[in-house]
Amino acid sequence: MAGPQHVGAAILAVDELDPLIVALRDDGYRVVGPTVRDGAIVHADLESAADLPRGWTDEQGPGTYRARPTDGDARFSYAVGPSSPKRELFPPRQRLWTATSDSDASFQVVEEARESPRIAFLGLRGCELAAIRIQDRVFLRGSYQDEVYAANRSDTLLIAVECGSPAGTCFCASMGTGPRVDDGADLILTELLDGDPRFLVRVGSDAGAALLERLAYRDATAADLDAREQVVTAAAERMGRTLDVDGLPDLLMDNLDHPRWDAVADRCLACANCTLVCPTCFCSTIEDTTDLRGQTAHRDRRWDSCFGLEFSHATPASIRTSTKARYRQWMTHKLATWVEQFGTSGCVGCGRCITWCPVGIDITEEAAAIRRASDPTSADLPVPPTGARR
Amino acid sequence: MDQGIGRPTVAVWKFASCDGCQLSLLSAEDELLSIAEEVHIAYFLEATREVVEGPYDLSLVEGSISTPDDAERIRHVRDISTTLITIGACATAGGIQALRNFGDLDAFRSLVYARPEVVASLADSTAIAEHVPVDLALRGCPIETDQLVEVISAVLAGRKPLTPTHSVCVECKLRGNLCVAVADGTPCLGPVTQAGCGARCPAFARGCYGCFGPTESPNPASLSDWLEEGLGVDHPELLRLYRTFNADAPAFRTESRRHEEVAP
Ligand code: SF4
Ligand code: SF4
Ligand code: SF4
Ligand code: SF4
Ligand code: SF4
Repeated sequence: MAGPQHVGAAILAVDELDPLIVALRDDGYRVVGPTVRDGAIVHADLESAADLPRGWTDEQGPGTYRARPTDGDARFSYAVGPSSPKRELFPPRQRLWTATSDSDASFQVVEEARESPRIAFLGLRGCELAAIRIQDRVFLRGSYQDEVYAANRSDTLLIAVECGSPAGTCFCASMGTGPRVDDGADLILTELLDGDPRFLVRVGSDAGAALLERLAYRDATAADLDAREQVVTAAAERMGRTLDVDGLPDLLMDNLDHPRWDAVADRCLACANCTLVCPTCFCSTIEDTTDLRGQTAHRDRRWDSCFGLEFSHATPASIRTSTKARYRQWMTHKLATWVEQFGTSGCVGCGRCITWCPVGIDITEEAAAIRRASDPTSADLPVPPTGARR
Repeated sequence: MDQGIGRPTVAVWKFASCDGCQLSLLSAEDELLSIAEEVHIAYFLEATREVVEGPYDLSLVEGSISTPDDAERIRHVRDISTTLITIGACATAGGIQALRNFGDLDAFRSLVYARPEVVASLADSTAIAEHVPVDLALRGCPIETDQLVEVISAVLAGRKPLTPTHSVCVECKLRGNLCVAVADGTPCLGPVTQAGCGARCPAFARGCYGCFGPTESPNPASLSDWLEEGLGVDHPELLRLYRTFNADAPAFRTESRRHEEVAP
């Protein structure tokens, strides 16, 4: 993204959120941001600032999520929910092509037309920006460009809102992806709740600067900058979880036969929720179908997961038949082999896999258990969780 | 697949069942005409009295084996069918009537029938695959019409049908449902239940009842532990959770037995 041209930090009154959303919609953007739906704070299309989760927050722990109203007035006082920009940029199902035939002799293949929807993401957290950077790396900067992702990503605008209320499952501070955001977005907002509720805005691109110019702002003062500092510092201190990443790839790869893998496999349901909610997981499978008359065939792509048996099918059979092998694949890919493959960790510390695991398996606790057991100065032995049996 | 120059012949068989799965075929309104054009429905008493003698290219078998007579008849059906596909929980796992496998048949029989001695019944209601080789099993109570159409299309095209064996959770996440287990504390069998329904119950904010039976690698013991410790679901309730349409599917059977032993 090009550097900011002119504007320094600015202050937007809360009332300017609506003009912001209207300006984006006038420009033909879908505005995808937080809203309360079915009792959760999720990403969805916003029509106006009235759709924002004003006065809502959430509580998250391993295997549990509750959104609840508060006495407060904040619009962005929640942590990330089950959805992420992955759903828009790398949709769960994508049609690749359709083949049609009206005789036995010939058929025609028509590739699915790719449109580039204008999407403005509003309210992205540090972890989500980091996840988009990772998927950009995976889909756009390898040997091949993924056409679907490239089309969906090509006309996006990223508006971050720094996180002031991390969840019990968050650990972005450990992963260095949040709560502080200094780049990687067109606009970076911080919701300031001291005194008059307002937003500190920093500009991250020309598009962001142009957008800000259409709104009524004033220049930020030193007091505003201090207030922002307090928000992100307090958030960093309230991380629900931590992950010690020091030497983690080697630690895991040196412990592939650790008994902890058996203990976690006793609890794991191989249900795949963790991979599907993870904003960086990128795996997919191809599904080919034909109709009853044999005249139309479709090739579709859908999200897949290394927790499925078919995923690791290599003729003649699956090479990861045990849940242990599949859990180990997931965790070592996220935290170890990803570094080798793409140069960063595959985990941004968003905590979704912990919250949305139906039995509350915690990737930070699994990593810590292996570290404890491998540390000669630690007296701890790996403790299998209660009630685990198979 | 074709018999001579004709379209492939299809037979639909009923064993111990409620006919719900056959009705899924009849209710495939949009596709039924195409199906009838592409295959010759040669034996389908629910739909037509016309009966064409076998053998058949494809047999769809609904229902479980519940009587000595059934056990004979299914062997005959297998003998006269090139491809045999079981449809529905009765055929694939013994169905709801397999609840009797956990009780005492004679006691039920004398309670239910005026002259129990004339009722010829096997002690257990069992899946078709326990009696004859099955080429493909279509799960569900009842089956999903879309899956049935997909399987018939695949058989006609000579390709592998698309019937994933992973969890309902995968469909739930693809569809963008909110997880009722995590966000509401509703007991949900989705993580141990095979996909196919499109996560219909969670889409209506209800827990999955497990009507598609266990996944390819089920771990109901861990799910039960979580439900018990985290959500306070007790053993009798856990027992009932697993004892419905797929009560006698091995993974669910083992799990419900475990709660029988510890239930007060
Ligand atoms: S592994 Fe878990 S915490 Fe890390 S990015 Fe994925 S979902 Fe978030
Ligand atoms: S963890 Fe599994 S699903 Fe996620 S990217 Fe790696 S292999 Fe794919
Ligand atoms: S870790 Fe949790 S969410 Fe992931 S497959 Fe296992 S049980 Fe499912
Ligand atoms: S599986 Fe269910 S719907 Fe199908 S026949 Fe049996 S009881 Fe009826
Ligand atoms: S609602 Fe049930 S099926 Fe859906 S993700 Fe949650 S546990 Fe799985």
